[in-house]
Amino acid sequence: MIRTRDPIVRDVSALCAAAVVVGLSFGAIATAAGLPLSQIVVMSAFVYAGGAQFLAVGLVSAGGTALAIVLAGLLLNARHLPFGLAIGNETLGASRWRRIVGSHILTDESVAFALAQDDPAQRRRAYWLTGVALFVTWNIASTVGAIAGSALGDPNRYGIDAAFPAALLALTLPSLKDSASVRVAVAGAAIALATTPLLPAGLPVLLALLGLAFALPVPGSKRRPS
Amino acid sequence: MSWIAIIVLAAGTYALRFAGPVLRSRLSVSDAVKRYLTLAAVALLAALIGTAALLDGTDFVGVARPAGVVVGAVLAWRKLPFVVVVVAAALTAALLRLAGIQ
Repeated sequence: MIRTRDPIVRDVSALCAAAVVVGLSFGAIATAAGLPLSQIVVMSAFVYAGGAQFLAVGLVSAGGTALAIVLAGLLLNARHLPFGLAIGNETLGASRWRRIVGSHILTDESVAFALAQDDPAQRRRAYWLTGVALFVTWNIASTVGAIAGSALGDPNRYGIDAAFPAALLALTLPSLKDSASVRVAVAGAAIALATTPLLPAGLPVLLALLGLAFALPVPGSKRRPS
Repeated sequence: MSWIAIIVLAAGTYALRFAGPVLRSRLSVSDAVKRYLTLAAVALLAALIGTAALLDGTDFVGVARPAGVVVGAVLAWRKLPFVVVVVAAALTAALLRLAGIQ
């Protein structure tokens, strides 16, 4: 772990340690599925979305068509659009260059880290630190995993599968400031859980947006200060 | 895997990432709308947390992972440092599995 007094750097490095294990595993699994190194490197650099990359490799192994891979991946990544609407250009930065590069490093984690900060300058800093650190980590780890395999084996052995949702939860808690946001969060999670067995991956998470209805003012009720 | 699939997936994913901030800057966003956009992100994050904590594909993932997430959640709620939350969640799940509890 990096020795630092900066809490954001310290927190991001914890997440990067977990991302190393997953990245190594992705490279190793993609190689085992028959993908050449060039495709693994290009996918990690330009698709840069762990969930969609694992899904694509899984579909390749199952004999999925190119169209199926693209549609499934885009459906899974569609949540990035509302995430981008939530953080906006003030989080990416003012310059054109920051908007172009900053968009590419938008992930669940960089958005969650940004939203966990109150002050706009801190928000921007957290977004970029998380985004760049995870991008570099993910690309190096998946390339090493593709070349050398993952000596670490299944990430679940180390509980990495519990670390990521716990990390997102810790980052989301500060946003649950009032009863409306708690209702939206509970409704969103419930909708996604209930619909996951019925719908293709990605759609249940998008349907969670319907949970926003629980933040609407109730007609006829007095507005209470929250 | 076809290169076309990788290139189209990469371009489409980038477009989805790029569109959000651009759309927000094009629209005149009131404070009320800003609040709903933030709440939308909260709903998505909650959905990701819920499904990632409990499901593997469409099946229940077993006890170890949710137990780890619950331990992490309690520590986060008690305002312990983020690093402690993440490590405790991973350690709980890993130790349970080591003990033969999936």
